[in-house]
Amino acid sequence: MADCKETLNELEPYIDGELSADAKEHIHGHLDGCVDCQQAFEFHLELKAAIRRKVNNDELPSGLLMRLESCLKEDFDGDGNVGDPSDR
Amino acid sequence: MEYAPQLYSTALRMTRNAADAEDLVQETMMRGYRSFDTFAEGTNLRAWLYRILTNAFINRYRSKQRRPMETDLADVEDLYLYKRVSTMENAAGSLSAEDQFLDLFTDDEVKSALEVLPDTFKLPVVLADVEGFAYKEIAEMLDVPVGTVMSRLHRGRKAMQKELYEYAKARGLVDTPQDSD
Repeated sequence: MADCKETLNELEPYIDGELSADAKEHIHGHLDGCVDCQQAFEFHLELKAAIRRKVNNDELPSGLLMRLESCLKEDFDGDGNVGDPSDR
Repeated sequence: MEYAPQLYSTALRMTRNAADAEDLVQETMMRGYRSFDTFAEGTNLRAWLYRILTNAFINRYRSKQRRPMETDLADVEDLYLYKRVSTMENAAGSLSAEDQFLDLFTDDEVKSALEVLPDTFKLPVVLADVEGFAYKEIAEMLDVPVGTVMSRLHRGRKAMQKELYEYAKARGLVDTPQDSD
């Protein structure tokens, strides 16, 4: 069974989804019996979610969208292709 | 084109300036289209575009600033924000859950806490926490080993937490009698 120090060392890889199934199980084994570590893990999961929610919401300026679209309407690089290559 | 809004949001964090962010996104999309034949079918298009964005940012702004040093960031204790928030809750009893505390921060405060980090630390935090990329993807974008991504993430996140805590103090959201810094 992992101890608190060992468990907290894996906190970031855990919240980032980088642990193997085995490593996660090892961590869960400790968390199930340790309220302190469980709270720390929950806090950091919520913090990561809050950062994502509060930061990832800038509106794309309409002028930029128009610029990008007009670039795609012409063969700007002279390769004979027009348009979004990911649509081809 | 579907990735343009995300790319713009990340470019804004990187440059902290709408005009520069727009230029960076346009450069990224144009480079992407131009080199689309180098994109390996079946791999992650979003990660590929972010790699172009990250490289464009680093190339464009590297000359403007001195080479960022790992030591540019003061060392912050582990679990910085959590330790303070959990203590505060026990003392005040007015906040029943940590996520309610986190909701007190405005979008602008969280963005600012991220943007003030030195680029060396800001980029991994944006790519991991906001964009949800895997360590391996971030390592490829920044051209550093995975271990370096992890250590920069660790230090960048702690510094960002300290910044958030400073905002909370400045707005009187927390009492800080036990704080020594």
